[in-house]
Amino acid sequence: MPFRKYHQPAFLLLWTLLFLQTQRASSAGEIAQGERLFQTHCAGCHGLKGEGGSGPTLATLALTRAPTEESLIKVIAEGIPGTEMPRSRLDKGQIKQIADFVRSLGQLASERVPGDPMRGKELYLEKGACERCHAINGRGGALGPDLTEIGLRRGARHLRESLTDPEADVPKSFSVFRGDSSLPENFLQVRVVTKDGRRFRGARVNEDTFSIQFRDAASRIHSFFKSDLAELHKDWGKSSMPSYRDLFSKEELDDVVAYLISLRGAK
Amino acid sequence: MKPIILSLLFTQIALGQVSYERIRRAEAEPGNWLTYSGNYQGHRHSPLKEINTINVSRLKPVWIYQMRDPGKVQTTPIVVDGILYITEKPHVVTALDGKTGRPLWNYRRAVSPDIRGCCGQPNRGLAILDDTLFLGTMDSRLVALDMNTGKARWETTVADLKLGYSITVAPLAVKDKVVVGVAGGEFGIRGFLDAYDAKTGKLCWRIWTIPGPGEPGHDTWEGDSWKTGGAATWVTGSYDPELNLIYWGTGNPGPDWNGDDREGDNLYSDCLLAIDADTGKLKWYFQFTPHDVHDWDSNQTPALIDGVVDGRMRKLVAQANRNGFYYALDRATGEFLRGAPFIKQTWAKGLDARGKPIRLPDTFPTEAGTVVYPGIGGGTNWQSPSWSPLTRLFYVMTQDGQAQTYFKMKEEYRPGELFEGGGFRNLQGAEPPGVVKALEAETGKIRWEFKTHSYTNAGLLSTAGGLVFGGSGEGYFFALDAESGKPLWRFQTGGRVTANPISFLVDGKQHVAIASGQALFVFAIN
Repeated sequence: MPFRKYHQPAFLLLWTLLFLQTQRASSAGEIAQGERLFQTHCAGCHGLKGEGGSGPTLATLALTRAPTEESLIKVIAEGIPGTEMPRSRLDKGQIKQIADFVRSLGQLASERVPGDPMRGKELYLEKGACERCHAINGRGGALGPDLTEIGLRRGARHLRESLTDPEADVPKSFSVFRGDSSLPENFLQVRVVTKDGRRFRGARVNEDTFSIQFRDAASRIHSFFKSDLAELHKDWGKSSMPSYRDLFSKEELDDVVAYLISLRGAK
Repeated sequence: MKPIILSLLFTQIALGQVSYERIRRAEAEPGNWLTYSGNYQGHRHSPLKEINTINVSRLKPVWIYQMRDPGKVQTTPIVVDGILYITEKPHVVTALDGKTGRPLWNYRRAVSPDIRGCCGQPNRGLAILDDTLFLGTMDSRLVALDMNTGKARWETTVADLKLGYSITVAPLAVKDKVVVGVAGGEFGIRGFLDAYDAKTGKLCWRIWTIPGPGEPGHDTWEGDSWKTGGAATWVTGSYDPELNLIYWGTGNPGPDWNGDDREGDNLYSDCLLAIDADTGKLKWYFQFTPHDVHDWDSNQTPALIDGVVDGRMRKLVAQANRNGFYYALDRATGEFLRGAPFIKQTWAKGLDARGKPIRLPDTFPTEAGTVVYPGIGGGTNWQSPSWSPLTRLFYVMTQDGQAQTYFKMKEEYRPGELFEGGGFRNLQGAEPPGVVKALEAETGKIRWEFKTHSYTNAGLLSTAGGLVFGGSGEGYFFALDAESGKPLWRFQTGGRVTANPISFLVDGKQHVAIASGQALFVFAIN
């Protein structure tokens, strides 16, 4: 499954190009090495993609305990006393590589893409009606992931694929007891039939041993005790998002992707 | 007036003294909880039956005690005559009035900046003997406290914290001694179990869990690997007063996931040890996972059960092991009698006639990663199982259907630093449940199962009211029918349950307690 992609910018002045290439060449290698180390030493608690597990999510713009690179290196090296975060015995270089990788999780480099973000925004709001399910800066639905920082988290290729083939990469996390929240946040599609024959479906918001909560297409929250259900189906790998392959032309897709790429945090 | 004074004096003595004989006959006073597992046999069973399968639906919280410092709470309270004694993170002991939950005293100790620990700073509780409470600390000290005031009576250093040792275990008081084990299996320690004089804190005996040069079993370690081989003793064991044997589990060999430099069986890692309580001499051992490379500590609470195997009444010791197999051994001799997997496991074809695992190929961690069931949390872990003499079932909170990818790395030993030789990670796209399982004690055959949405280190308590109490990762404390596993009652505590339940009396009324999140919850029927 694709995770993070680094594309060479297409149009840049010579000096900028040379400078960036040097930077990326070293840092991409470092980050890849950091990813490998992360998956061995950190993913057990923080998830393969830093999405969180028994440890908090790290795929975020600002880490509360480690807002700077220096503080992140310190946290990895020394651990957080009194918590389950242990001090690391890796060497300085390896810790730096992990820190680079962790910082890259919330900070995808700005990507030059074809397409007009302003036209993309119009398509997002009007033709695509994306706001029905996705929110940006607190406006929009909650049936799909919040897109306020999507440009920091996902590259153009991944976003294009999500638009044309939404089920290609459905979140698969199962962190039901994450350190900072108990929410699954994987938009698992569920269908239920109550014992009195009523049928409902939606995206799971939370679940426990005895109950389940989900949000239907009209954004209504439903909560059931499992003992009141005759059937409970979980559609792993399914998404409620339609494919935009036929709705948007190639140029329009470029525009929407350009708009999504431009979303880099609340303004 | 005189008889009143005399009777007051008598009450004072009776209240203030938890003698060895009282602990030995814990069943005779079910209103108290005098040792970690409720009795020496490791049963975590309460003979109380006021709360039963019919009225449990009316169980309500009567008080909640909020702890001051955040962090994992794994404490099992000691209860003596209406007062609860609990440990809080990091080195706090609190006495709580059982009727109201109001604190009666606090003991608080400074925390050394040098403390190590693989997994936070948990503490699983206290031991009591006569009028003294015993606390093990993260900086590897054993502290004796006056149960009436919380004032320290003596303190002794058990191990060098700078080498990665710590104490998280609830000590076990046996006769005139306090038995205490150490944690640190992820730091290249050499494990041991100690017994101290309860009055003075003087060391009475020590048994190393890794034999030194010239001792039997030493040749199961390659070169100097025995010096850093782990085999920690971090969960409270059990005791058979008749055989005078202490049963104590040992942890993983170190480094956890890389066995290349410690070829051999690595005795006595991943073992159950039967130890003479007076001398500390090893009577027998049984190794569950020879040359472990998956971090499958065998520290799970052993339950001492008398049962019929092959038509013969046997004194058994039963353990549901982290490696996924349930074992019933003869506790006088260590003879393997029965063993069966109780969860999905993919590392062994089965057990041979002597209980040794028949390993499957390609299950060792590699640099690229190897997927094996169970994951490092194991089929079960330190959380207490329970055995009910009424149903004759062994209850255990398991993690079933969970695999992990295990990695091996080369790692040099550095004193006091993590020494694990690899790592692990979860598989994506699965929601492995916790499953409470009821096993036939003599055979390991599964009688019933109850699935929780998520697994957690929540121990179980069975009661004479026909109930099994347990907890879930999403914060439920619940009661199941001990015969069928049917859920009968639940309460959402709002925090993850990672502790063991107990039951006791306050003013003649049955109460049930569980720590969850950052608080202790106490329930009763009003």
